Amino acid sequence: MPVKSPFFPRTSDHCHSMNWKEWAGYYAASSYNTLHDSEYFAFRYSAGLLDITPLFKYSIKGPDSADFLSRIMVKNINKLRVGRVSYCCWCTDSGKVIDDGTVMRRSEHEFFVTSADPSYSWFSRFIRGYNVKLEEVTDKIAGLALQGPTSREILKHVCDADLDDLKFFSTHKANADGFQLDVSRTGYTGDLGYELWVENKHALKLWDAVMSAGKNYDIKPAGLDALDVTRVEAGLILKDVDYYNALHALTDDRMSSPYEISLGWTVNLDRDSFNGQAALKEESEQGSKWAVVGLDISWPEIEFLYNKHGLPPEIGSHAWRKSIPIYTASDKNHQIGYATSGTWSPILKKNIALATVEKKYDKIGREVQIEMTVEHKRHTVSAIVCKPQFYNPKRKTSNPNSQRS
Amino acid sequence: MICAAYLAKAGRNVLVLEKRHVLGGAAVSEEMYPGYTFSVASYVVSLFRPHIIRELELAKHGYEVIPMDCSFLPLPNGDSLARWADPQRSRREIARFSKKDSEVYPEFGKVMTHMGKLAKAVIDHPAPDITSINPKELANLFRLGKVFKGLGADLLHLNTKLMTMSALDFLDQWFESETLKAPMAVSGIIGTFQGVRSPGTAYVLLHHYMGQLDGAFRSWGFSKGGTGGISMACARAAERYGAEIRTETPVQRVLIQDGKATGVVLENGDELKASVVISNLDPNRTYLKMIGEENLEDDILKEIRRFKMRGSSGKVNLALDRVPEFSCRPGDGDHIRGDIAIAPSIDYLEKAYDQAKYGEFSTRPYINAVIPTLTDPSLAPPGKHILSCFVQYAPYHIKEGAANWPQFREAFGDTVVDTMAEYIPGLKDMILYRQVLTPWDMEQKMGLTEGNIFHGELSLEQLLFQRPITGYSKYKTSIRKLWMCGSGTHPGGGIMGASGELCAKTMLTSRAI
Repeated sequence: MPVKSPFFPRTSDHCHSMNWKEWAGYYAASSYNTLHDSEYFAFRYSAGLLDITPLFKYSIKGPDSADFLSRIMVKNINKLRVGRVSYCCWCTDSGKVIDDGTVMRRSEHEFFVTSADPSYSWFSRFIRGYNVKLEEVTDKIAGLALQGPTSREILKHVCDADLDDLKFFSTHKANADGFQLDVSRTGYTGDLGYELWVENKHALKLWDAVMSAGKNYDIKPAGLDALDVTRVEAGLILKDVDYYNALHALTDDRMSSPYEISLGWTVNLDRDSFNGQAALKEESEQGSKWAVVGLDISWPEIEFLYNKHGLPPEIGSHAWRKSIPIYTASDKNHQIGYATSGTWSPILKKNIALATVEKKYDKIGREVQIEMTVEHKRHTVSAIVCKPQFYNPKRKTSNPNSQRS
Repeated sequence: MICAAYLAKAGRNVLVLEKRHVLGGAAVSEEMYPGYTFSVASYVVSLFRPHIIRELELAKHGYEVIPMDCSFLPLPNGDSLARWADPQRSRREIARFSKKDSEVYPEFGKVMTHMGKLAKAVIDHPAPDITSINPKELANLFRLGKVFKGLGADLLHLNTKLMTMSALDFLDQWFESETLKAPMAVSGIIGTFQGVRSPGTAYVLLHHYMGQLDGAFRSWGFSKGGTGGISMACARAAERYGAEIRTETPVQRVLIQDGKATGVVLENGDELKASVVISNLDPNRTYLKMIGEENLEDDILKEIRRFKMRGSSGKVNLALDRVPEFSCRPGDGDHIRGDIAIAPSIDYLEKAYDQAKYGEFSTRPYINAVIPTLTDPSLAPPGKHILSCFVQYAPYHIKEGAANWPQFREAFGDTVVDTMAEYIPGLKDMILYRQVLTPWDMEQKMGLTEGNIFHGELSLEQLLFQRPITGYSKYKTSIRKLWMCGSGTHPGGGIMGASGELCAKTMLTSRAI
């Protein structure tokens, strides 16, 4: 049976849809109302509040923490400055991705890591010889993602952090009314937003403070269905949907390197040894087999197919997660990859997908075909290969006080 | 029964002779107490080959198996460990004993899935003959070689370990918590006269891991109506295809003329002629009783006498007037709806084996218990329950001599009840009826020589092309026109159907019938 997050007394109050799912062994609201649209629009136009307690969380402390993490992560964590956050992944010896997550440097010798899969056993395998203390704090620390354009203003009413100066992918301690929290300017929506971390005992105080401060800014509790739409728009990949954990993948074909899942930019190759270094070096020189791309699927063609059956286009408001074949533009029998997730993007007015295609077909602007079933019949429609990041508003990274804003 | 169904389906005239009044041998359901139907001996299903269900249309003939959701381990200190079908729930449970183990658990499952695939390639075909240069045999070996090669280096190394290591050493490669390892290791000793630290038991562990229900590897289930339900489904399928089945018709011996089987002699003296005879008895019984020493060459006689039977387990079935509750986790929740292991530590299991080595039954045995009535209420009156206990070790050869088992039967039953009562307070007051089966009883009642539930140890030297004996692994015997199937032939025991199927298919392709 899934367990309840410390926010459950509040989330269950709001969850009129009774639409729960299991996320990493916790109950998580899929959507608070029968339709998730209003939660999606909260993320994009005001603010959505999402319980992210189910993320696995680790505290790493001690003088060798940065060395230790640099040994595990594909990124050189030694270079991460205090108060900064890094998004990266970690690999097996053969350079295949196990999981992705964030690493926060809270002080010189103190880090906080989040992941999608339990990672204690994997991290422990490399701890010998490092003066660090690794502790799983998943069940001790509660987390909320406050995401959306009004999130900064809301948070200003909750805590004393200097939010106008807090940069994208930075983290800071802050004081709120009667408790302390960690604020990081991170998230999974590709928008302006924050993730807030507190000890479990302060969870409800945090929820109440944020919700009451958010009243004037149209805050809404939001569920995973709305998040899924935003994360596809932002082009953020998801473990077990867009790739498999290499430790759990049953065959080698199901494993991916960071380069093959659009995380090549997180790899720092030339430095002290880290897991998968040799294999990744070789791959970076010889080239990868696969690439993750975005697909902009032709709306007129979809409309045309439905029209042939006398129907208006029926595209659900949910993001989908299934494997759909991708073919070359000229040959419907020549499969070059598969889409793994997609959605109708209400803000871009586009039908978009994330797909894995053979590397040689990843050029931006190339036309491909994607399979689509309309009225029980299989068809293909054309799609244009693009960067996986479909939506990237300026406010995501800008600060009011900096010139860039 | 499976063999009969396949042969009948192929249009052959088949007559099945059963000594008892019920069909199924060790997989029988019997009403032992008014309103209570016990799976007398064999009690859970997993290894049954899915293609046999399909090919014999068993679902249509009453094959119904309900998967189990949980493996529960009560501990004497008041703690407990439940492993669930839900991986996150299992992770939380295991993490209480070892966080590392809880995360390695799915990795172990992944490896065993690969090993199970390999095992499937082995058990779904007759054992290859490694000495033959017959092209068919070479092709068979080549097919296996390809499967092996497909595993990759890491898994091949692991396979060698699996074939040679003890169950415990094998598990030690992954896990650190004894509380997790003990109930996992017992899969390596079930039905064998070995301990969890004995080399070779890792293979038996795999044998229990390669089970498959509805395409899901490693899952176990209850047969509706008890395990006899499966036997009856097979019998109905056989009859539907035209086989004739006679119960209470014990066979005395096989009729042999000039080294060739010509039929059987019944215990009542009747002679039945047949062009081919197939024995589903264990190798010991088939050769020494049905064929008879006078018809066997010395070398075969020697080898069959050396074939290890060595039953090591007993069974205690209890009819209860209410749900048994475990003090460490009270209530009749889902945790007691699967299998329940009394295996609190490695030393506990090894000590239980120690006694067996010297001819005593374990005073604190390993017990695998199930309460099938929580899943299938048709087995007992409403609100009443059955506690079925598979018990190990109960060596056939007790130091007083196997024939003296009846004197110890009730003491053995008391030991089992006392052990269970340590976890279920008040158990003794719930018992309405108790059935105790010692290995000696299984021999007498079900014809299992020395009470071995697998028709012979599943040890490496008695497997594959050496099961039951070298040179006769392909369901033939040293007597022409006399064939063998059953657990004593490749691929071994468990409610699996494979040997009957492979025997029938081998006979049909070689035009032996």
